[in-house]
Amino acid sequence: MSPAFLNFIEIFINGLMAGIMYSLVALGFVLIFKASGIFNFAQGVMALFAALTLVGLQTGQVPFSHLINAIFGTDIHDWGPGLPTFLAILLTMVVMIALAWVLEKFVLNHLINQEPIILFMATIGLAYFLEGFGDLMWGSDVKTLDVGLPSGGSFWWEDVTRAWAPEDADYWGMYIDKLDISATIIAVVLVTALSLFSQYTATGRALRAVADDHQAALSVGISLRKIWVIVWSIAGFVALVAGIMWGSKSGVQFSLSLIALKALPVLILGGFTSIPGAIVGGLIIGVGEKLAEAYIGPMVGGAIENWFAYVVALAFLLFRPQGLFGDRIIERI
Amino acid sequence: MLYREAGDFKTTYRADEQTFPIRSERWLFWTVMVLAFAVVPFFINDYWNKAVLVPFLVWALAALGLNILTGYCGQVSLGTGGFMAVGAFACYKIMTAFPDLNMFIVVVLSGFVTAGVGILFGLPSLRIKGFYLAVATLAAQFFLIWVFNKFPWFYNYSASGQITAPERTILGIAVTGPNSLPWATYLFCLAIVFVFAWVARNLTRGRIGRSWMAIRDMDIAAEIIGVSPLRAKLSAFAVSSFYIGMAGALFFSVYLGAAEVTEAFGIDKSFLALFMVIIGGLGSILGSFLGAGFLVLLPVLFKNIMVNQFGWPTDVAAHLQIMLIGGLIIFFLIVEPHGLAQLWRLTKEKLRLWPFPY
Repeated sequence: MSPAFLNFIEIFINGLMAGIMYSLVALGFVLIFKASGIFNFAQGVMALFAALTLVGLQTGQVPFSHLINAIFGTDIHDWGPGLPTFLAILLTMVVMIALAWVLEKFVLNHLINQEPIILFMATIGLAYFLEGFGDLMWGSDVKTLDVGLPSGGSFWWEDVTRAWAPEDADYWGMYIDKLDISATIIAVVLVTALSLFSQYTATGRALRAVADDHQAALSVGISLRKIWVIVWSIAGFVALVAGIMWGSKSGVQFSLSLIALKALPVLILGGFTSIPGAIVGGLIIGVGEKLAEAYIGPMVGGAIENWFAYVVALAFLLFRPQGLFGDRIIERI
Repeated sequence: MLYREAGDFKTTYRADEQTFPIRSERWLFWTVMVLAFAVVPFFINDYWNKAVLVPFLVWALAALGLNILTGYCGQVSLGTGGFMAVGAFACYKIMTAFPDLNMFIVVVLSGFVTAGVGILFGLPSLRIKGFYLAVATLAAQFFLIWVFNKFPWFYNYSASGQITAPERTILGIAVTGPNSLPWATYLFCLAIVFVFAWVARNLTRGRIGRSWMAIRDMDIAAEIIGVSPLRAKLSAFAVSSFYIGMAGALFFSVYLGAAEVTEAFGIDKSFLALFMVIIGGLGSILGSFLGAGFLVLLPVLFKNIMVNQFGWPTDVAAHLQIMLIGGLIIFFLIVEPHGLAQLWRLTKEKLRLWPFPY
């Protein structure tokens, strides 16, 4: 195989991996949208918040230490050596469930029957609130997150691929990050678990019932409020997974919350109501973005990764407004 | 007591359609205008001008533009920052290409340029709506910023990629550049905002404004009764972008003086404008001003209280501030989806009956 073709494969595989990362965020959107019709703009910030909490617990930071120090003039930072990773993840999950409960109680419950666009704007407000809250709680400096996942390039794969090129070619093998491979495995496990959960458990069935029709679900005795807490908790869990993956990859920092914006074109491609759609959409966007950057980018000055996904989504919307796998939009007066 | 009037005794359509139907309110409005035009310029200093008044006026203009699109026509836009950038760069190109042009004309021309771009990015709104459209406008935001970063023609091939406003005058008085005096820049912005707020008020209560509101309330029904969605939506995009473009031009030339596109017109500006419209009141001219005033003054207030009074570090104050803004957005959407403008309306109702409410 020629080096040019091998390069193409490398870009393609890396695009798929990047797409998986987008899908992880998009998944949280789809879950909430299906169950409550809310387009949760705060999903990215939830991932950031989860990652911040995880790092804080892992390293034993005192929550709100900046604020406490500012008010009382004290100088506290840590309460100890920190928790083991497993315990920290569990505790973070508890925090995310608490967050879901508080949200249902104080925000969603008061916005029932509002127009979708009002709910959308409320989640933008929520995104700001959580961002400020997370920063206030754990500080806004860039933190490194390490939960023991392997990282760095895979040498084995590099050796394998180098053998594919001709002997005399100036080719040094493909670079694939081990972290991306773990992300792929985790994403597959997560999606399988979620579909099994929604297919075979009573709660899962209730979730699907609510997604289909709120009124009908209510009439057979499903508590909407309970379901919403569960859905937002699951979305919190997905956010935690996404936060761990993105945080290990590029550090826990503010820019993490911007991946939510990247998930939007993914959703548009895949449709707002389809879990497979989120995965496929993520893969298409990931691959498209990387290929465009590599092959079209040099012609127009590069850095088109920032907007390419949106323009693809925009062009796509014009032809199929409901996305690849979305439900058909029917409007009545 | 404050509002002395009893019942509705209007005999003409004109009287019924008045912007300020109550006489005391008319007085209040004109008093504020006289204060703003004839008194403030004599007392204004550089701090008030740069920290409060000019940003308030510029953001009020931007919020007015977004309110026309989102509040009156119901099309949510997250591309305000990008359109402001179009206005700013159009302003810069016109300023440098025609040095003798009156600054007022420059600003209006940049508004027209932005209106053209706005129509282009408004085209998808004919097919998609709601948050799908919000995503489409995000495409505009990122694409426009990228364009202004990548093509040096827009910033006249300057080495730093920045655009810097040269000194331009109106009637021989400098309103941009480092030598402009506070009162001149203030009056310049105020005059533009006054004129175009007046235009906006009259647009929104006229035929075109009503077609926007029909589309907002239910687009299919509006189409059936004969409102052309094409014309209504695109005109809303055009007018809204016109305002936002002028705001961008003023933001760059009068307020900042020098701007770097990713920093000055990022996505946070889009959200800021949207928040102003939500907090101020969707579909209200007064609301755009109240929202802009609120979100411009809040950071100044926070900085003065927390950093200067209590001596807290600036980052803690900044975090508290975003938390509060986010919380307020949720609070307003829950308690008063029509924002500060509706609170003012309710206050007026109370004042009409005071001190003998029934």
